[in-house]
Amino acid sequence: MDAGSARPTAYTHRVILFENVTKLYPTQARPALEGVSLEVEKGEFVFLVGASGSGKSTFLRLVLKEETPTEGRVWVAGKDLGRLSNWKVPQLRRRIGTVFQDFRLLPNKTVFDNVAFALEVIGKSRSQVERIVPEVLELVGLEGKEHRMPDELSGGEQQRVAVARAFVNKPAILIADEPTGNLDPATSEGIMKLLERINRTGTTVVMATHDAAIVDQMRKRVIELEQGHLVRDQSRGVYGYSR
Amino acid sequence: MRARFVLSEVGNGLRRNLTMTIAVIITVGVSLALFGVALLVRSQVDTMKDFWFDKVEVSIFLCNDNSETASCAGGKVTDTQKEQIEADLQSLQPLVQEIYFETQQEAYERFIVQYRNSPIVDSVTVDALPESFRVKLSDPTKYDIVASAFEGRPGVEQVNDQRQFLERFFQLLGGLQAIALVIAIAMLIVTVLLIVNTMRIAAFSRRRETGIMRLVGASNFYIQLPFLLEAAIAAAIGATLATGGLILVKAFVVDRVLAPAFQFTAFVGWDAVVAIAPILYITGIALACLAAFLTLRKYLRV
Repeated sequence: MDAGSARPTAYTHRVILFENVTKLYPTQARPALEGVSLEVEKGEFVFLVGASGSGKSTFLRLVLKEETPTEGRVWVAGKDLGRLSNWKVPQLRRRIGTVFQDFRLLPNKTVFDNVAFALEVIGKSRSQVERIVPEVLELVGLEGKEHRMPDELSGGEQQRVAVARAFVNKPAILIADEPTGNLDPATSEGIMKLLERINRTGTTVVMATHDAAIVDQMRKRVIELEQGHLVRDQSRGVYGYSR
Repeated sequence: MRARFVLSEVGNGLRRNLTMTIAVIITVGVSLALFGVALLVRSQVDTMKDFWFDKVEVSIFLCNDNSETASCAGGKVTDTQKEQIEADLQSLQPLVQEIYFETQQEAYERFIVQYRNSPIVDSVTVDALPESFRVKLSDPTKYDIVASAFEGRPGVEQVNDQRQFLERFFQLLGGLQAIALVIAIAMLIVTVLLIVNTMRIAAFSRRRETGIMRLVGASNFYIQLPFLLEAAIAAAIGATLATGGLILVKAFVVDRVLAPAFQFTAFVGWDAVVAIAPILYITGIALACLAAFLTLRKYLRV
């Protein structure tokens, strides 16, 4: 199938586009995703819900090109990932920020250095780092804590550091895999407010979650996966009817 | 690419894996030192070949009064025979480079110098020693031509080629050299395996950092560079140890022990050490980088 040239620009302005995507892991009989088609527009806020093993993680890994689909095509930030050579994958990932349930901070680096790390490994100069990092730390509400170590921070604060690191490159997409999974409801709300603020800067946010209260409260688009199938795609949705 | 950042990562990596780093340095050092000694032995063999083959000569011993060989049935060699032999030798130019006639008196003087510590000197008289033609060949391997021309001729007792004795000696040295080389190669293989293992542990212990690097879009090269530099630095330190070892071998074993004890031959000069040192550095660093690169390709994939 020829894609690149014949695609109208309408296809490439979408931030994420899945076309009939199936992912079958070699060791498993049932596909992790099967025939999933969906699109996410620039600037959207999307919840990805579903039970464990429903295919949420596979979806996110496909967006990051940590996996390649068995069938179908994935477009991210205007790029056909099937045609993206391996050495260009880092370029793709610089346009995607990632936040995880377990924060994934470097324990031996300060708050400032953790955020700066994301800039340093892509070769930004020291002066750029000195300028950008304080701005982002202020945005996530961590001003004055630049020199703390991660283990001196609360869970919510650690997640803010992780969000700052994900956002410091001003990515087109922010992927959050259960970012509130380890946090209490009050702290979670703070993180959600932060993600909303980031979303308002034009960054598309895709958040996988089990947290029904948050989904119900935010009233954003909800995509539900069940056993690898897309079973619901609802704007201004709630977590689920069956609960 | 920010050098300061990469270097601080390298420093952290070397410090955090200190025991393994030391293990790599020592293994690289020992195996490269052995490798260097093997190369030094080879230079030594070459030096000795140059030295000796330059000096070897074919000796045509002439009959004296007590010769018992069949060709000496006519008794002591006559002047006519000597003239004939010399003329024939002259005709073999340019293979025959130099001809020197050694008289019985000269043979005697040389003998008493050579065996000055032996009681045999007292029982030897001038007459007991043969006269000889000492012939230097332009190509020592063509000894046969001379041997077949003069062996068995009346007045010639024996034709001797010093080279044949040397060959046996060099074969022995060659064997030693081969053993040293085999040990060195085995050690280099061990070194590569150790580096592979070290890199695997380093990659595993830093999987958090490398995972985050991948997520924020660091290039593969950037992720692997600190590991490669660590391997290269460890290998370079190892190569420095090996070079130091080689210098000690040359200064003490060769110059202080071997050279005074075996004055009859030449030994390798410092030029050999200077030539071998870069080979050690290049071999060490190249092997380390190769081993690290192959391991990391497997363990730090995008």
